[in-house]
Amino acid sequence: MYTDNDNRVSEPQSAAISDVDRLWDILVIGAGNAGLCAAITAAEAGCSVLVLEAATRDMRGGNTRHTRNLRAMHEAPTDVLTDAYSFEEYYDDLMRVTRGITNEHLASLTLEKSAELTSWLGARGVRFQPALSGTLNLGRTNAFFLGGGRALLNSLCRHAEGLGVELVYETPVDELVMDDGFCEGVRLESGQMIRAKKVITTAGGFEANLEWLAEGWGDPAKNFLVRGTPYNTGTILKSLLDHGAKPVGELDQCHAVAIDARAPKYDGGIASRIDGVPFGMVLNRDGKRFYDEGEDFWPKRYAIWGRLVAGQPDQIAYAILDSVGVKRFMPSVFTPIQDDTIEGLAGQLGLDPAAARLAVDEFNAACPEGPIDQSVLDGQATSGLTPEKTNWAAPVAVPPYFGFPLRPGITFTYMGVEVNDQAQILMADGKPSANLFAAGEIMAGNVLGQGYLAGIGMTIGAVFGRIAGEEASRLLNRPSIS
Amino acid sequence: MDDVNLLKLAKTDAHEETARIMQICNACRYCEGFCAVFPAMERRRLFDVGDTAFLANLCHHCGACYHACQYAPPHEFAVNVPRTLAERREESYRQFAWPGPLAGLFDRNGLVVAMAITACLSLAVGLMLAMISPDLFWGVHLGEGAFYVIMPHNVMAGIPMVICSFVLVSFVMGWRRYWQASDAQWGGMPAFMDAVQATATMRNLGGDSSGNGAGCPGADDRNSLARRYFHHLTFYGFMLCFASTSMGTIYHYVFGREAPYGYFELPVVLGTVGGVMLCIGTAGLWHLKRKMEPAVRTLTSLGMDYAFIWLLFWVSATGLILLALRESSYMGLTLAIHLGLVYAFFLVLPFSKFVHGLYRFAALLADAGEKRRSAV
Repeated sequence: MYTDNDNRVSEPQSAAISDVDRLWDILVIGAGNAGLCAAITAAEAGCSVLVLEAATRDMRGGNTRHTRNLRAMHEAPTDVLTDAYSFEEYYDDLMRVTRGITNEHLASLTLEKSAELTSWLGARGVRFQPALSGTLNLGRTNAFFLGGGRALLNSLCRHAEGLGVELVYETPVDELVMDDGFCEGVRLESGQMIRAKKVITTAGGFEANLEWLAEGWGDPAKNFLVRGTPYNTGTILKSLLDHGAKPVGELDQCHAVAIDARAPKYDGGIASRIDGVPFGMVLNRDGKRFYDEGEDFWPKRYAIWGRLVAGQPDQIAYAILDSVGVKRFMPSVFTPIQDDTIEGLAGQLGLDPAAARLAVDEFNAACPEGPIDQSVLDGQATSGLTPEKTNWAAPVAVPPYFGFPLRPGITFTYMGVEVNDQAQILMADGKPSANLFAAGEIMAGNVLGQGYLAGIGMTIGAVFGRIAGEEASRLLNRPSIS
Repeated sequence: MDDVNLLKLAKTDAHEETARIMQICNACRYCEGFCAVFPAMERRRLFDVGDTAFLANLCHHCGACYHACQYAPPHEFAVNVPRTLAERREESYRQFAWPGPLAGLFDRNGLVVAMAITACLSLAVGLMLAMISPDLFWGVHLGEGAFYVIMPHNVMAGIPMVICSFVLVSFVMGWRRYWQASDAQWGGMPAFMDAVQATATMRNLGGDSSGNGAGCPGADDRNSLARRYFHHLTFYGFMLCFASTSMGTIYHYVFGREAPYGYFELPVVLGTVGGVMLCIGTAGLWHLKRKMEPAVRTLTSLGMDYAFIWLLFWVSATGLILLALRESSYMGLTLAIHLGLVYAFFLVLPFSKFVHGLYRFAALLADAGEKRRSAV
């Protein structure tokens, strides 16, 4: 999966579990943000904690590796957040993106508890960028990790190990071993059984499992690129569902954006993003436009384009820009394909040159006069096209021309297990499991039924990770001290 | 300037790799809070040879961005910013070195420095033995002018004056070549003061460009401000020694007083404090360099780095030893060794790690100007 470009890595990658026969107080499956928050909370309460991580040390932490910030409510400016972001505003934002598909009780709990997160994480070694320096105009609502998610993981792992948490890499769990709704422990891929009194599942979703995705999406799923970690294969989620945990969310709901088709099959992360769609036109395999490229500001629209491209033949599309449009957005990781003529560009992209020429000519003829203003919804719309482009419509007319091939890039999935406000997993009969907890992407669908709000995934993970660690400790008569 | 040379060097592997990595970083930008390199990168879309030289010389090689990088090896993007910029930086020293034909001295720099030391030590000892009798060399000399019994003042001071003239010209030319190649612009006095502040505080070497960072990684992803503090000791220790020499010159020419001076007189106090700081600072930097994450260091620059650190350490240490032994019969020998090392230090200056300070300051100055222009 990975090329070995560097053999100068000094750290040993794996270590074995110190005592495989031990009955641990707490077993955490997955060393991402949620798992580490749970492990730290439980360890601070005096529990013995084992964290099993499927990935290598370098690749640890699931999708947390690719994150950058968390969304936090605050009544007044803090050292890492500007202005204020009230509960009501946060709640409205969540309702708007999910269109009400959320568990309102758990959603409120998440938002309320989000207020403590930056100081809680900060006290455990996580560093944030100072307020005001964050990009994307999110400095008010979102706190940015200095260096991003991997830096957060480094801090939390170090802190957890300092508390005596045992963190073991390259140790994938094969299945949960259950007896009548009670989890005895887990069986590793190696066949080894590991036992614990409480098991906290924080193993992410199943976005890297293309076969499972195909159950919801059909054949197109094979052409999806996975922006997130290749380790989120959904093994734990599947095992939970097999043992009667109550599912939440739809099989085909996922966060999918249009990314550069040249991105790696897995793990492309943030850099595979393409921001140029609003400043040009997008053609499908047959050289036809299929959606309004200028419907709204890109940050509000980019998360629907994965789904749009997934609906096109062969799940591919091509953003076409001229030399004016190409300078209007953040540079992307892959150099655009370039040609002096539309026909030449089409040829390079594998499009029919005549069809592309026709589409560009029709588009250019339908564009209004005058310059566009990308800082506002400028209403510069085409007329007479199906579909129209409703903002920022300017002819693709100044050579050289540039093309980006687009594929659906899936970031994470929404289907998970239902939990209560103590992060306990609910079984099919609606009753909480005796000793199984969940936090993070594996249960984010409780709060985020559809749509997406930047940074809320990390908030859900940290909030429910802490709750799971607290509740599991409390049930072991070790009240949390944090 | 000889543009031909720069163009010839323009598309080196180190440049190409820097440009490749910066294109990836520019689409990610998670590291923008660490130091000045990333905001400077964000002001660019394309990375030409001058841009990569500029960014490389802004980098303190702390490694924070490597440990934070989601695209670091074994990811197939194989992003390793600290090592790549270090290689580009080292290469830029060769590209901008003056006189150009001597740029090759940066190759196998450890050997070059060792040879310079050997030559200068031989010169210093040889001169003394040629000029004075062994009795004088091994004699005990006290009071004003004691050093000059061993070597006349005009020889002792004349040699470094000649070397320093060459060094100054070389620095000015190197600066000029770098400044033009990176298309840098003067940003006015506020930018200059900003660059001075960045140099004096090393605020970019803390894993947080605001200067309030908890430090940057050493051997692992653990943060520490140790490197900044050891560099401060080295930098300010060097400045104190420079001040000590300047005071000595003033004593000599203005007050008509000859060295050695009393233990509590300004030139000796400044030199002693500075020398001790330099010894601790350089030893600390050497220790941290040895412990550095292997994935981010460049094997090719180690010779240059170690040679410079050790030369600076021994220049300082022999100065302190001379102070301790100056009233004994070993004064002649200690003085010869100290002077030899000092001459070697100045001689290799334009072709040693010392130039990092020159280009780093130039890069900070250009960056401060750019920052102001783009904020308007």
